[in-house]
Amino acid sequence: MDWLTTVDHKKIGILYLIAGGFFFLVGGLEALLIRIQLWKPLNDFVSADTYNELITMHGTTMIFLAAMPMLFALMNAVVPLQIGARDVAFPFVNALGFWTFFFGAVLLNVSWFTSTGAPAAGWTAYAPLSGPAFSTGHGMDYYVLGLQIAGIGTLIGGINFLVTIINMRAPGMTFMRMPMFTWASFITSALILFAFPALAVGLAALMFDRIFDANFFDPNNGGNAVLWEHIFWIFGHPEVYILILPAFGVISEVISTFSRKRLFGYSSMVFATILIGFLGFMVWAHHMFTTGLGPVANALFSIATMLIAVPTGIKIFNWIFTMWGGSIKFTSANLYAVGFIPTFVMGGVTGVMLAAAPADFQYHDTYFVVAHFHYVIVGGLILGIFSGLHYWWPKMFGRILNETLGKWTFWIFYIGFHLTFFIQHFLGLLGMPRRIWTYLDGLGFNEMNLISTIGAIMMGIGTIMFILNVVITNAKPQNAADDPWEDGRTLEWTIPSPPPEYNFKQTPLVRGYDAYWKEKMDGHKGMTPAEPIGSIHMPSPSILPFTMSLGLFITGFGLMYSRDWTFITEHIGFYVAGLGLLITFGSMFLRSVYDDHGFHIEPEELEDKGVKA
Amino acid sequence: MMNRWQFLKRLTPLLALMVLVLSACGRADLSALNPQGPVAQEQFGLMKLAFSIMIGVVVIVFALCLFVIVRFRRRKGDKSIPKQVEGSHKLEIIWTVIPIILLIILGVPTVQSVFNLSKDYSNDPDAVKVIVTSHQYWWEFEYPELGIKTAQELVIPKGKIITIEAKTADVLHSFWVPSLAGKIDTNPGGSTNKMFFSAPKEGVYLGKCAELCGPSHGLMDFKVKSVDDASFDRWAAALQEPVAMPSDPVVAAAFESKCLVCHAVGDKGGPLYPNLTGIGSRDSVGGILINTDDPKYSNEASTYENLHRWIENPDDIKPGNLMGKIDLTQQELDGIAKYLSELTLDYEK
Repeated sequence: MDWLTTVDHKKIGILYLIAGGFFFLVGGLEALLIRIQLWKPLNDFVSADTYNELITMHGTTMIFLAAMPMLFALMNAVVPLQIGARDVAFPFVNALGFWTFFFGAVLLNVSWFTSTGAPAAGWTAYAPLSGPAFSTGHGMDYYVLGLQIAGIGTLIGGINFLVTIINMRAPGMTFMRMPMFTWASFITSALILFAFPALAVGLAALMFDRIFDANFFDPNNGGNAVLWEHIFWIFGHPEVYILILPAFGVISEVISTFSRKRLFGYSSMVFATILIGFLGFMVWAHHMFTTGLGPVANALFSIATMLIAVPTGIKIFNWIFTMWGGSIKFTSANLYAVGFIPTFVMGGVTGVMLAAAPADFQYHDTYFVVAHFHYVIVGGLILGIFSGLHYWWPKMFGRILNETLGKWTFWIFYIGFHLTFFIQHFLGLLGMPRRIWTYLDGLGFNEMNLISTIGAIMMGIGTIMFILNVVITNAKPQNAADDPWEDGRTLEWTIPSPPPEYNFKQTPLVRGYDAYWKEKMDGHKGMTPAEPIGSIHMPSPSILPFTMSLGLFITGFGLMYSRDWTFITEHIGFYVAGLGLLITFGSMFLRSVYDDHGFHIEPEELEDKGVKA
Repeated sequence: MMNRWQFLKRLTPLLALMVLVLSACGRADLSALNPQGPVAQEQFGLMKLAFSIMIGVVVIVFALCLFVIVRFRRRKGDKSIPKQVEGSHKLEIIWTVIPIILLIILGVPTVQSVFNLSKDYSNDPDAVKVIVTSHQYWWEFEYPELGIKTAQELVIPKGKIITIEAKTADVLHSFWVPSLAGKIDTNPGGSTNKMFFSAPKEGVYLGKCAELCGPSHGLMDFKVKSVDDASFDRWAAALQEPVAMPSDPVVAAAFESKCLVCHAVGDKGGPLYPNLTGIGSRDSVGGILINTDDPKYSNEASTYENLHRWIENPDDIKPGNLMGKIDLTQQELDGIAKYLSELTLDYEK
């Protein structure tokens, strides 16, 4: 019950981690089934329909239900601590964000258990294949409504972080003293603010097409199918940077800590992050070079896309020069971070290659692209997340993950990853399109696909080892030090692991970049407080975020089946949808009329509360 | 420093091998790395340029990485604090400017090529005009100037410029012949895409659909067959000839009542689904059952066997296709398969 009502950012972070981790396993299982299907030519391990459901759900799950929540887990767990805040700006909204994501995710995955199956039009859901004429079952309805509900969670989460970072920094924590992870989370949140409404609009339009017979994307009735591509990628391209920027942030923190050096070229890193965020919005049409936008658009978007290589390059070299002259310690967290650099460079250079439109006519929709974006997303983002998890695990849970097992996990996952995806570059260039259910024998694809499948199995083993590590670690006593890596540089390492409910007994005074490191170098034991010990105001827990999201979940079902349940009575689906909205709006109403002033933790309680989270 | 050069030296043979692999890799009828026409050639040129720049970048970054990791590992018990370097304007400017220069080197030919490949030859009297219409899961090729329509196998005169007008009858597909030219999407509605290519050498090139279009997306293959001018003229003429019906009256009746409702042969039948004229001389049935007298794989057999297999249960071969199982007796099935396998166009001399 405690977990259903919590509004504490650290607990919400853990909730995000558990849910995101679970869907990561689901998405990984889907990936393994895909690879088993492709391990030999003309295989019929799964049917063509099931295969398309698998690729659609794999993409959707990994992006929206695994990667985003795991990033939100890290952001929730770390950002308030790094800026010296006691919580996020809107703790209630934070909880609401988690529960809408969770119910949206569950709704989407319920589709597997329905008679018409999961969505099968690709995670990009290109119209008209995703429209009512060509996706006749309810699969795409689940996609549209599940993502819409989950998207609300992401959007309000992003807004929450923006406000938190702008308003709740400790005294002295100027923007140019903020740790890189906080900066990255800040820019990511800004991207979410601008990108997710586009997705929401697109999904709403597609929902109208599917459920209420509208014609936004149906060319036979005056709609336009290419319109969906534009809307989707105006969201979809920034989404890539929404995913990768926090990973950049993690890498910056980890490399700097384990090299015992401050981040090389901090201000250029900040500038590069902002620039990447900005350019991320300018390049959506590079997903559409073959759509036929004409040479002027193709040329402009080619050049704009190539430009992103410049700030990304700045970051890569800054990381290398952070290590240069440092004293590098190879913990598991740092292995992931260091392994990230060459891997991400690989993903980056193929990105520049894809940006050359005429060459993209050859690469587009082939395994070359599959290889490219898995290098960026798995080799960038997932390595970043693993790095961050190992790094902040003691802060989140008070226990250090087993290092030996961690290193084994890294090597198996890392080798498996390169085995899976490096070879796919060549598969694509040799003529293998992506999203194909099977391939003919004798085309020269067999061996490479087999190798790729073996690699995928290794990645699966690596992931299981990580879970094993978590289980083993969880059985050990909670005894991590405040600064378990001994080289901590930022504010989160000045407080107990795991932190108490209120984070900072006294808000710290920040005197420079790498605040904690600066105090340590000046010979101080901890931060200088910015306020006397006093009564701390805390928000009360609430079940309302849960019920609001549950209401939306019910609404989703009602809308989808509005036409199927007519045998009970006409319009019953709409009544169910109405009931759901009633629950949601009722909860909102309660929230508005019931004044909740929260509670206070008094100074005398602070002494004996100790390290309770 | 010595270390790094030795490392580079060791890397050179690997690089040389890569270039070799890249320049003659994959099947000549399928791979983008083995271009067989000027358009694919130009695209390959750009790919090679990008490859060289990118391999250079990767090698330098990897070498730097490796050097740093080896040189600056923490020794056991090392408690020293390294100098806290803020950054270096000089270095940061260097790694801002160098990528910009590299991008200019790549960007200029990219833009040139974008405009080069978007030339419109559709009013060129020497060019052969083809309207490509994609369907779930087959391809229709119409030659408006010659007044002929065929399916699954695009026959073209070698060396001539072929201009494509690409559209779709249902969902998005993408027309792609890797060894001749990159792909172009076929959009529904009024927006027709244009592209051109040519094949200077005679031969059969494999084409594929590159945009997810439903369950059988991966099976939506077609062929481009480049022949000499005279053969092409004979082919075009033969396609317009009337076609004799099956000699067995039972088979003929079944063929007319059950096949010609949707399909056309010669001047008979419906235009909705693939035109069957000359199907016996195509390279494959349904794009994926390869016709050969020397079968090696499970998707290869004689023309007759492939047709037989297809007509017996099309859903088995291309799930979700619109033909569905046709109600035929064994005699009708055998007869129609035999008739179609003998429905050849004798145009290659």
